[in-house]
Amino acid sequence: MGLRIHMYRLVKCSYKSAGFKRILRALNWETEADAKVAKLRFIAYALFLGALWLLWSGIYKPMIIGFGATSICLVLLITHRMNSVDEDRVPIELNPIKFLGYFFWLLVEIAKSNIAVTKTILSTSMPIRQNLFEVPYTQRTDLGQVIFANSITLTPGTVSVETETGHFLVHAVSYTADDMDALADMDTRISATELAVPS
Amino acid sequence: MSNLDTLLQILSWTLIISGSFFVVVGAIGMLRFPDFWARLHAASVTESGGVILLLAGMCIQAGLTLITVKLMIIGLFLFITGPTSTHAVANAALVSGLRPKSLATHPNSAEIESEKEIDA
Repeated sequence: MGLRIHMYRLVKCSYKSAGFKRILRALNWETEADAKVAKLRFIAYALFLGALWLLWSGIYKPMIIGFGATSICLVLLITHRMNSVDEDRVPIELNPIKFLGYFFWLLVEIAKSNIAVTKTILSTSMPIRQNLFEVPYTQRTDLGQVIFANSITLTPGTVSVETETGHFLVHAVSYTADDMDALADMDTRISATELAVPS
Repeated sequence: MSNLDTLLQILSWTLIISGSFFVVVGAIGMLRFPDFWARLHAASVTESGGVILLLAGMCIQAGLTLITVKLMIIGLFLFITGPTSTHAVANAALVSGLRPKSLATHPNSAEIESEKEIDA
């Protein structure tokens, strides 16, 4: 089956036509509702890529825009072809507003710990108290766990070293007893940004 | 209008200079700290504080243009890739058996302590 024909059918065919039904079968979409969602997703992806390209380019001449349009079409084509092989999607199960709140809280934490580590570096006695310790996590999703581990590393003074089931191994450069509480606080904040209902 | 311009210039240069300060502090920490594990934290001062402040300062310099959008996207990428690469380096060190020169004791780290003794 030629690629061009494939694309042409996806864009032009109505849901009732034989050509589209053949594509549905090829993509393992059982129902027309699935196909509708996939089509909407395809259009949303195309718009997203277009917006991204326009933001990155900044040179709006016909030839350059033509290059952009061509590359977007190529990306869409490749994505579409890959999708028919691999239907794996990672859902983002986060509450965007709560996540934004967490992000600004994290910026403040980064500022605080930056100042703390800067003091350690510049002080003449250099009070280092290294420790490796386990920090339990409560996030339900992989993404939540990644955000927690990366937040630990992003705040200077603590680095997530190893991920094990139920807890991370964290290294701290100037360890105090408060560190565990601070990390537990961060843990509950990230868990709160996750959507409650498992899909 | 020129008053606002002056204010923005002062703000942006304050951000850029304090960002540079954190980059330099990170470099000093890299030299002063005793071992690999401590130096990792000195590098993350450059990576977080330095990068955020410098990018914020440059965003104000660029104003409401596409350059600001690009700077913000660079910031987003660094926010995700920075800690990920730091974690990869730290994890590689742990797996290959490198341990901190000194460890403060903690009830949770008993397992690690025994692991350390085996390695020593």
